[in-house]
Amino acid sequence: MKTKTTAINIDRGKGDFFYPEAHVRDAGVGLTEQTIHYIADVKEDPDWVRDFRLRALKTFWEKPLPTHWASKELEAIDFDKIRYYLAQGTEPKRSWEDVPEDIKRTFERLGIPEQERKFLAGVEAQFDSEAVYSNIKKAVGEQGVIFVGSREGLKNHPEIFRPWFSKVIPVGDNKFSALNSAVFSGGSFIYVPPGVKVKHPLQAYFRINAENFGQFERTLIIADEGSEVTYMEGCTAPKFNTPTLHSAVVELVALKGAKIQYITVQNWASNVFNLVTKRGLAQENAEVKWIDCNIGSRLTMKYPGVIMKGRKARGEVLSIALANDGQHQDTGAKMIHAADETTSNIISKSISIGKGRATYRGLVHVPKHLKNCKNNTECDALLINATSRTDTYPAITVRGTGNAVQHEASVSQVSAEQIFYMQQRGLSEAQAMSLSVNGFVNDLVRQFPMEYSVELKRLIELEMEGSVG
Amino acid sequence: MNELRVENLRVAVGDQEIVRGLTLRVPRGEVHALMGPNGSGKSTLAKVLAGHPDYHVIAGKILMDGENLLELEPDERARRGLFLAFQYPSEIPGVTIANFLRAALQARLPEGEELEATDYYARLYEKMELLGMDRSFTSRSVNEGFSGGEKKRTEILQMAVLEPQYAVLDETDSGLDIDALKTVAHGVNSLRGPNLGILLITHYQRLLNYIIPDYVHVMVGGRIVRSGRKELALELEERGYDWAREGAGEPVFTR
Repeated sequence: MKTKTTAINIDRGKGDFFYPEAHVRDAGVGLTEQTIHYIADVKEDPDWVRDFRLRALKTFWEKPLPTHWASKELEAIDFDKIRYYLAQGTEPKRSWEDVPEDIKRTFERLGIPEQERKFLAGVEAQFDSEAVYSNIKKAVGEQGVIFVGSREGLKNHPEIFRPWFSKVIPVGDNKFSALNSAVFSGGSFIYVPPGVKVKHPLQAYFRINAENFGQFERTLIIADEGSEVTYMEGCTAPKFNTPTLHSAVVELVALKGAKIQYITVQNWASNVFNLVTKRGLAQENAEVKWIDCNIGSRLTMKYPGVIMKGRKARGEVLSIALANDGQHQDTGAKMIHAADETTSNIISKSISIGKGRATYRGLVHVPKHLKNCKNNTECDALLINATSRTDTYPAITVRGTGNAVQHEASVSQVSAEQIFYMQQRGLSEAQAMSLSVNGFVNDLVRQFPMEYSVELKRLIELEMEGSVG
Repeated sequence: MNELRVENLRVAVGDQEIVRGLTLRVPRGEVHALMGPNGSGKSTLAKVLAGHPDYHVIAGKILMDGENLLELEPDERARRGLFLAFQYPSEIPGVTIANFLRAALQARLPEGEELEATDYYARLYEKMELLGMDRSFTSRSVNEGFSGGEKKRTEILQMAVLEPQYAVLDETDSGLDIDALKTVAHGVNSLRGPNLGILLITHYQRLLNYIIPDYVHVMVGGRIVRSGRKELALELEERGYDWAREGAGEPVFTR
């Protein structure tokens, strides 16, 4: 079959719009110590945070870009041309009525207030550097659950925030975690008290509205003993002509017997560099589960990880990456087994369209002294066109006795015959492609919460419609 | 007018001409069997009717109820009522039969209209019953890990649900044991009626014991060399394709 399928300019649908900027707080262009002081002043950081930022800036400067193993594309980021802090200079509102009109309209177009009414326990909406809206349902708040921005977290709850902040992901973990540590703003702080099971998801939505901008939110979630929480994050940005940088750090702490599920619905415009560090710590019998879907962006580098520190801790990463023409999804997972009888599971599915490129990097580490640890890794790649590319780099080190590891990988291609078959039943080429892709991710998506799988299916359809000429 | 009409069709794959001046009419309400030896161009004809992009139509016409099919994409032909039961149906991993057929029916509705789920399942289960298929079948991925018989039955199920005006059955009997053959034949027979024209492509006479055609055509070397009533199939069985070739003045031992 002749391939008519050339990826073209994607209509990124409802995310591609922006309103004129009206920032009151602006750290200017480029990154110096002055930038850090400006941010710390505006945010009224305590001294320990200001010092933390300044030290992190040095680490950022010292560390080279990881181009020796990662894509040279990173060199396209000009750190001197980015704006590191832009905000309205107001506190997050508790009611949508109080949110400035333009910003409110932005989130309405993205469907956030509607979703909040329907199925969420709380919402935080971040616009560029700061949250503009933050609210938690009364009943959830009354259970002692804290759901606020990182700034409020470190100010109002230092006794919980500070002991865990930057403990799961040290500043120097990588160049971008250092950058985030220097200029972080926004993101969520969540604390769930012992035994509290938050029924509905808490959601954060990260919106970039400004050009030449970097968004550096910082999220810390602590689930105390025996508690359970699900957190969903969504992200969009309009399509500007210049690169935009999104570099978040997310740390999860699941204490004894706690469960954290962290879900990302990411639909970045095709010029966003998305370089995110995400890691969870699971103590005895605790569970950290990442559900991570990467759609859009120019380059995404993201490898959610779990450190299983207590006996019988569990870690899981379920990820889907869709690399369209001109995009590189460099994603994967890290599973660090640090106690006996810990189990981890990685299922990664990638789809490459046009000249899109998907890379899987997996790290599974089980040291010698541990017993009865298990890991299962499955990574499947689907290639849509002959020009599509996929690479897999699994690194599995398992020592000791009684530890079991299982690794499976597959690469498949949507064949011309398969598309013809589906067309013969009346489906257009785009519908056929989209159904094939949905079929490919189906067994994984079935494990996702309902609202999320519907959203994902819609995004895949949108992406396939745009890519079939 | 209510017919699938092929006029003087010539088709090439690469620079080889496979169908060489074929003319055929299948009116609605009739079953036409197209028989021929391997390499005679039967399956090529089936794919060309459905619009497979690998085949190049050099000359001739294909009309469905007067409309020129050659100008339509494969999916447009399908939505206008042409169905092809594939000789080798494709697997669609992760897509269940129920979801696949639902999407196919949905594609036939005008924009903005949603297929009613309860009506759909009622229709699907009714057709499955007709074909003696277990309901659990619908939750399996299309053709994935199916036996030969299951694949062919699934093709007939799709035909039953999609209710085409014209169906081309390409070697639907191949690879079937006698029980599976009977089931498939029963399914096809139960779909026969005044609104459906069937072109039944087969290598063997065997299938025609179970699906009695109204007409039989013999295809050799890319064109039809003999046509007749159902008795022609038996005569062909007795006398072989060489006899049919002679009748058309085709050299016997070429190709």
